[in-house]
Amino acid sequence: MAIPKAKLRASKQEATNEWLAGRAMPAGGAWATAARKEAVERVRALTLPTKRDEYWKYTDPTSLTAAEAPEASLFEITDEGAVFEQIDRVRLVFVDGVFDAAASDDPSLAGVEITRLAEAAGNDIHWAKDYYGVLEAAGQSPVERPLAAFNTAFADDGVLIRATGKAEKPVSLIYERGEKAGDAMLHHVIRVEPGAELTVLENGPAAARFSQVMEVDVADGGRLHHVRAQGRDHERRAVTHLFARLGEESTLKSFTLVANGRLTRNEAVVWLQGENGAAHISGASMGDGEFLGDDTVFVTHSAPHCESRQVFKKVLRGGAVGVFQGKILVEQPAQKTDGYQISQSLLFDERSQFLAKPELEIYADDVQCSHGSTSGEIDPDHLFYMRARGIPQAEAESLLVLAFIAEAIEEIEDETLAEDIRARLSRWLERRRA
Amino acid sequence: MAALDTTPQAREGVDQETVDTVQSMAGKYKHGWETDIEMDFAPKGLDEDIVRLISEKNGEPEWLLEWRLQAYRRWQQMEEPDWAMLDIPPVDYQEQYYYAKPRSMAGEKPKSLDDVDPKLLETYEKLGIPLKEQMVLAGVEGAEDAPAEGRKVAVDAVFDSVSVGTTFQEELSRAGVIFCSISEAVRNHPELVKKYLGSVVPQGDNFFAGLNSAVFTDGSFVYVPPGVRCPMELSTYFRINAENTGQFERTLIIADKGSYVSYLEGCTAPKRDTHQLHAAVVEIVALEDAEVKYSTVQNWYPGDEDGKGGIYNFVTKRADCREDRAKVMWTQVETGSAITWKYPSCILRGNDTQGEFYSIAITNNWQQADTGTKMVHLGRNTKSRIVSKGISAGHAQNTYRGLVSMHPKSSNSRNFTQCDSLLIGDKCGAHTVPYIEVKNASSRAEHEATTSKVDDDQLFYCRSRGIGEEEAVALVVNGFCKEVLQALPMEFAMEAQQLVAISLEGSVG
Repeated sequence: MAIPKAKLRASKQEATNEWLAGRAMPAGGAWATAARKEAVERVRALTLPTKRDEYWKYTDPTSLTAAEAPEASLFEITDEGAVFEQIDRVRLVFVDGVFDAAASDDPSLAGVEITRLAEAAGNDIHWAKDYYGVLEAAGQSPVERPLAAFNTAFADDGVLIRATGKAEKPVSLIYERGEKAGDAMLHHVIRVEPGAELTVLENGPAAARFSQVMEVDVADGGRLHHVRAQGRDHERRAVTHLFARLGEESTLKSFTLVANGRLTRNEAVVWLQGENGAAHISGASMGDGEFLGDDTVFVTHSAPHCESRQVFKKVLRGGAVGVFQGKILVEQPAQKTDGYQISQSLLFDERSQFLAKPELEIYADDVQCSHGSTSGEIDPDHLFYMRARGIPQAEAESLLVLAFIAEAIEEIEDETLAEDIRARLSRWLERRRA
Repeated sequence: MAALDTTPQAREGVDQETVDTVQSMAGKYKHGWETDIEMDFAPKGLDEDIVRLISEKNGEPEWLLEWRLQAYRRWQQMEEPDWAMLDIPPVDYQEQYYYAKPRSMAGEKPKSLDDVDPKLLETYEKLGIPLKEQMVLAGVEGAEDAPAEGRKVAVDAVFDSVSVGTTFQEELSRAGVIFCSISEAVRNHPELVKKYLGSVVPQGDNFFAGLNSAVFTDGSFVYVPPGVRCPMELSTYFRINAENTGQFERTLIIADKGSYVSYLEGCTAPKRDTHQLHAAVVEIVALEDAEVKYSTVQNWYPGDEDGKGGIYNFVTKRADCREDRAKVMWTQVETGSAITWKYPSCILRGNDTQGEFYSIAITNNWQQADTGTKMVHLGRNTKSRIVSKGISAGHAQNTYRGLVSMHPKSSNSRNFTQCDSLLIGDKCGAHTVPYIEVKNASSRAEHEATTSKVDDDQLFYCRSRGIGEEEAVALVVNGFCKEVLQALPMEFAMEAQQLVAISLEGSVG
């Protein structure tokens, strides 16, 4: 028998209050303290997620809300170079969630202003105050994201990036870890001024349990390109939120590679608020064994003539679980919207699972929205065709998997970056052939 | 743009005919009249005494009363579901009558249709549902001239809380088919009812099913014995007439091994300013090699242009393909009701079982529909197919909500889902909320929701024969739409025909 809602609510409230009690907000100046205080109240009002919540029905958040982060053994990568190492970029390194200036490059970059959150928060005023916690708060409706509010309240490090022109090279955020246990919590704010352009790269496991919020505001005519490769540590857990507001004629392209990880929940909340904006959110997940990769994407079209794409591909084996919850919400003024959403998975064995909820919510009549979702194994006919042409079984399988993922990789604009990601995927498959 | 409120303009890609058809279908409600007849009501409200009263009025055995009371006690612990994309004003369950019976039906049930109150017969005649056996169902072209042996449909007519009469019972019984009201079945075939009632939709399944289990008054019962192909189509016509009266019918269909039955359901209600409650349960059990087709044209009063009045339609329909190779097909045309909450589902338990769901849902003015299906694949080599077309106009909200679940043991199973929505006017909404849960690799699930994503092979076939791309898409999409309509038995052809005119050009997913 179902537990009455009032009782559930009361027990959630109690657990949340207990969780918040005894947690100290990081010290900071007036703007940061005000934003964090509000965020604590949001967490209290929203309460922590449980598996009974609609948007957590496929991913159990228990290990994300446990008082202590479950231990995750360290994983040393010896079989390939670091992600993006061929790219000329400004490297900003965080070790166990703390900025490491010595390991990082000089953050001065023409057309880009970079400040460490821990420093900026100490000031009484900063440009980031118009965004920090503001976009996250806006993203709490219609779907609640209490873990993002929690991050706003308690994260004490991260970067505040303001692009005022066309950045010469990408800003690369690298998350290393040295501790087996423990949390890392980072909160970034990115503001792309009108007409400016920026590429942000992210990679690394960060911590046994990593919480990250990235608030992005792309002004009219601005462009942000975001490519991320989360760490290959098998036991790590991560919950990330991308909140992005797009102005007129602006573009956001965000791609995420998830290879391994016990639990990865990547949420993206995107608002297309000016005409002719474009948002592409994509990802490829590779899971083997104890793996759960969850992409939860919510794109809202508020202005006409915008385009959005959600492209997610998952390769699952050995009992791995892939989750996709995507939504295109087209508000009434957003006529001539072009919305596309595809989520597909390849399952390698009877134990792997793909759980999908691809939603459309449409209030405008002159739109073109489509979504597709498929799940299945490698087509035996395709395999046979390749075998008949002398390609060995394992190689044929890899080729077909790469072809399956290709659509997601194609969302990456920069060919060098795309090639880097593609190479990592083939090596991931190769390792499983040996 | 204000003009859209009353006369929606066709925008590019949607022809005026489509707009007009949708307007005419949902704009005028033909069955909004009322039969002036003396009724006996149970006291207003709901408590254990009302449940006992309903049971007593139906002359039920003790076990069924206990079953009802158990359901009632469970229901009291339950909360109304709020997950649907429906804005439902609070329903006061104590402001309803749970039992209403035409006075003329008091005492002994009429032995034959000749004894039935002519006013009741007139009601059904006016609705185009003849209860005289020499007549066939109206709406089939040339029906008047057809010989009686031609196309026959047996009808169980339910008026508010009671079954008025069931036609062709004798002829059906010669074939071994039992078709009667569920209250008769409880009296005459208690072993069957006891065995199957609640076996597909248990008492505590959901809030509305719980309520229905406690207070269901009448409905139809069908049993088709092994190896029998039911000699005619069976149908139930539900009519709500009395004011402030809820209708809570319960239908139970059992198709024994190797049997076949096609079942039709129609429903209407008078125009009223107040909302009326309808919470039905339909259970279908399909045993080995059995096949059941269940078709509905739901045309309850949808409320007026300002959203006043209309039926709240909360229905739980579920089929259990309990044994191997059983097949169940749901087809629904949903045009009525102020609120529709309905998910005809299939539990594909046996190996090689099949479930199909074809749906056209039209909402206009202030109607809200949240409808779809659940296909639960448990057995091996099971197949399901979902084709849903939603059309939304005025201020209406139309949601497709569906679940496709492939369990770890349902290897080699297949699902194909196609959902299309069409919006007419810019004040309405169309939504798609599919849940797809695949838990084994050898099964394949496909979900599509766009005209441009129609099967590439079919498109390629058309293109290679010189048909332009747009035309090719239209051809394939038209094929899909026809599939839903063709899934309907002939008897519903007339009502469905109006829908054929609706083109799906400019549809969104």
